[in-house]
Amino acid sequence: MFFQKDIETMPRKQLEELQLERLKWTVDYCARNVPFYTKKLGEAGITGDKIKSLSDIQYIPPTTKADLRDNYPFGMFAQPMKNIVRIHASSGTTGKPTVVGYTKKDLEVWSDCMARLLVAVGTTCEDIVQISFGYGMFTGALGLHYALEKIGCAVVPNSSGNTEKALMYMRDFGTTALVATPTYALYMCETAKELEYPMSDYSRLRLGLFGSEGTTPEMREQLEKGWNIFATDNYGMSELQGPGVSGECEERDGLHFCEDYFLPEIVNPETLETLDAGETGELLVTTLTKEGIPLLRYRTRDITRLNYDVCKCGRTSVRMDKVKGRSDDMLKIRGVNVFPSQIESVLLSIDKIGPHYQLVVRREGFTDTLEVQFELTDSSMLEKFSEIEKLQKNVQHRLQTVLGIQCKVSVVEPKTIERFVGKAKRIIDLRNTK
Amino acid sequence: MYIKQISIFVENKPGRLADITGILADNKIDIRALSIADTTDYGILRLIVNDPDTALEKLKAAGITSSITNVLAIGIPDEAGAFSDAIRTLSAKGINVEYAYAFITPEAGAAYVIIRVEDNDAAAEALKGTSIKLIGQQEIFNQSK
Repeated sequence: MFFQKDIETMPRKQLEELQLERLKWTVDYCARNVPFYTKKLGEAGITGDKIKSLSDIQYIPPTTKADLRDNYPFGMFAQPMKNIVRIHASSGTTGKPTVVGYTKKDLEVWSDCMARLLVAVGTTCEDIVQISFGYGMFTGALGLHYALEKIGCAVVPNSSGNTEKALMYMRDFGTTALVATPTYALYMCETAKELEYPMSDYSRLRLGLFGSEGTTPEMREQLEKGWNIFATDNYGMSELQGPGVSGECEERDGLHFCEDYFLPEIVNPETLETLDAGETGELLVTTLTKEGIPLLRYRTRDITRLNYDVCKCGRTSVRMDKVKGRSDDMLKIRGVNVFPSQIESVLLSIDKIGPHYQLVVRREGFTDTLEVQFELTDSSMLEKFSEIEKLQKNVQHRLQTVLGIQCKVSVVEPKTIERFVGKAKRIIDLRNTK
Repeated sequence: MYIKQISIFVENKPGRLADITGILADNKIDIRALSIADTTDYGILRLIVNDPDTALEKLKAAGITSSITNVLAIGIPDEAGAFSDAIRTLSAKGINVEYAYAFITPEAGAAYVIIRVEDNDAAAEALKGTSIKLIGQQEIFNQSK
């Protein structure tokens, strides 16, 4: 099934012509409306006219998350606030979040992109779709929400949390499709089993629309078995628009890019050299029509590969592999981006904490947990337990404020955390080890 | 008249207590009394030793989070009700005991209680003129030898 068949099956040559035209427009639009780009493109001597082919994109300097942070909150916006109709934010690498703004047209494009990907996995206007992403500043829930409405689905904006109630709605409403992070969907399934709800109560559920974090093959198997559903993945990030940048079709052989709106390329993350088609490297994405916050060669930090073969489903758009890793140290915990640097800036702002810390990520049951360990070096706190507990609670609270997720905070003895010469390896990720 | 108590941060993992007490043993530090209070992940070990300054120095040198504080040691008769009397004497003066631990000295025929209060001077004052005796650092060790 197709949502916008003409575009989705457009011959590659024609698609590339469209991309080139839009790339030229975006370059000039950025230079004209965003001082950051005026300077950057000016220094590089690049104008839309100089872009003669898509491969000329390699001469444009990449944009990073740090650029967005440095221009917090609205410095990267290309439109005055009178034309901005929505603002979202996601976790930044340190204290400040990354802020993005949308024009009316951006929102239209967003819901079109997402609707294409939803229809590509079999979503129809008959579906009752429950959204168990958290609503709020994150793009996930609203991104899916408006696209599902556009298709004509009955949307249940349940949000995340209160799993028992979510299960009640799913059963009583006869929900047919679930939007969630794969880990939360697994947790919901486990909760239903623990509460001894008969799985036959959920027999109408047929489709899992998962995102915000990748689904591993093991998780997919558990999800499909546990819920008796067809599990699918989609990909995006708030900087680019939110969910709906790419997603699977029913073939589930890679994630189709919405290529008329986003131009992907793969580079060597060390040298930033463009890699040949089919090679694995870091994904860079250029927005082709965005008005609110256009981005040139945005470094996603996700490691993947692009496949330009026409898919069995008939779509001509390039497909990306599931993300294989990161070129930075970002962690995905319960679908939330967590940067160790955010944790470090919290810890270093608190007295009585040594500079040595370690992060342990585990999968307990079906939930990811984050433990932050730091060394207790201040002996003045030994007189009262309550002093240490107060410190732990303080750290926990401040981390929750910054990260948006709860984590365990442990104090350990001095010198028990490994010391590193050079770049510290502060993360112990035990999730995919048995 | 106060006693020097050593407090040590101990993570709850196998071998840690052995490591820490090993440091004391290697330095011929004699432990007279101890108490461990713990939570799920860590504990605080509190010790009365014959040479607290050396003990602290050696522990710190080994990178162990430790400190010395002054606490009170009181001597009470080794009989029913004696501890209760002592605590009541203190609470009557509004003195709150944060923690306490006791040990018996067969030679002296008495029980010694280490008590930790906010204000040692006020507690000492409160006990003045009662049958409860404050015990000094040397006394604790003399009587045990």
